[in-house]
Amino acid sequence: MSADADILGGDATGPAALPRRNGELVFDAPWESRAFGAAVAMARAGVYAFEEMRELLIEEIDQWECTHNSTNEAWSYYAHWLTALERLLARHNLLDSAEVEERMRAIALHQDHEHDHA
Amino acid sequence: MTPTDPTYLALRMKAVESLLIEKGIVSSEAIEAITDAYERDIGPMRGAAVVARAWVDDDYKRRLLSDAPAAVAELGIGGFGAETLVVVPNTARIHNVVVCTLCSCYPWALLGLPPRWYKTPEYRARVVRWPRRVLTEFGLTLPNDVEIRVWDSSSEARYMVRPQRPAGTDGLAERELAALVTRDAMIGTGVVSNPAS
Repeated sequence: MSADADILGGDATGPAALPRRNGELVFDAPWESRAFGAAVAMARAGVYAFEEMRELLIEEIDQWECTHNSTNEAWSYYAHWLTALERLLARHNLLDSAEVEERMRAIALHQDHEHDHA
Repeated sequence: MTPTDPTYLALRMKAVESLLIEKGIVSSEAIEAITDAYERDIGPMRGAAVVARAWVDDDYKRRLLSDAPAAVAELGIGGFGAETLVVVPNTARIHNVVVCTLCSCYPWALLGLPPRWYKTPEYRARVVRWPRRVLTEFGLTLPNDVEIRVWDSSSEARYMVRPQRPAGTDGLAERELAALVTRDAMIGTGVVSNPAS
């Protein structure tokens, strides 16, 4: 291991050690981390260029900001992220919203069913 | 309209993920590899290591300010956000602060994922218009003769601030210095202070 790697891996107790050590978790909810991980993993795998994702995300955020008063309405960054990701997947003919909504109904039904037997 | 109900969004993402996996477009393992890396390994300690090196090594500092992607690669740092990195140095007269007004561009490879406030419409709009006031809200009151420069990140240039080395830290080793450097100091909403003073 080089000295540089040692510095990078280094002091786990300093204020800069981990994202969460700055007093804030990286993700607010597990689904946000999945949405982030999926989008980046597919960019890494060459499914699309990450720049395409960024452009759609900018559009989504811009659209929201043009129609909402940002100081008193609910803001979810990852909601925009997810919408941008779905638009990107639809653009590449990989997934469409009808499929997603059908799967949502199926998962919800399954969860209710599980609940009944709990 | 984007529904913002967390239960709805969680269900929607679950559906997207299950379809992607079923179609063989992405695997659960590939997703976890990314999320694990950003939750565990990739964070502000990388940027802090770069800042500390630039404090102790003037030649490195010059390379960092003239060609940041090459300079951070010397420390083994690359990947998302590193290839377009630009490092802006604070001085006694100039304080730099970073924002992304369009979305949330950020040097992930150096600082990990941005904090929640960095992505909010409030920060993104207000720091450009009233930087001094916004910094005060972060607890950072700068003398009036210090010029504040706001840098708007984009896919072409992702900015990171090289904070000033605090006084009284001459005796500290590089890794001790790195431990003083906070994420906010590298965004510019904070400064590095000497815990001993």
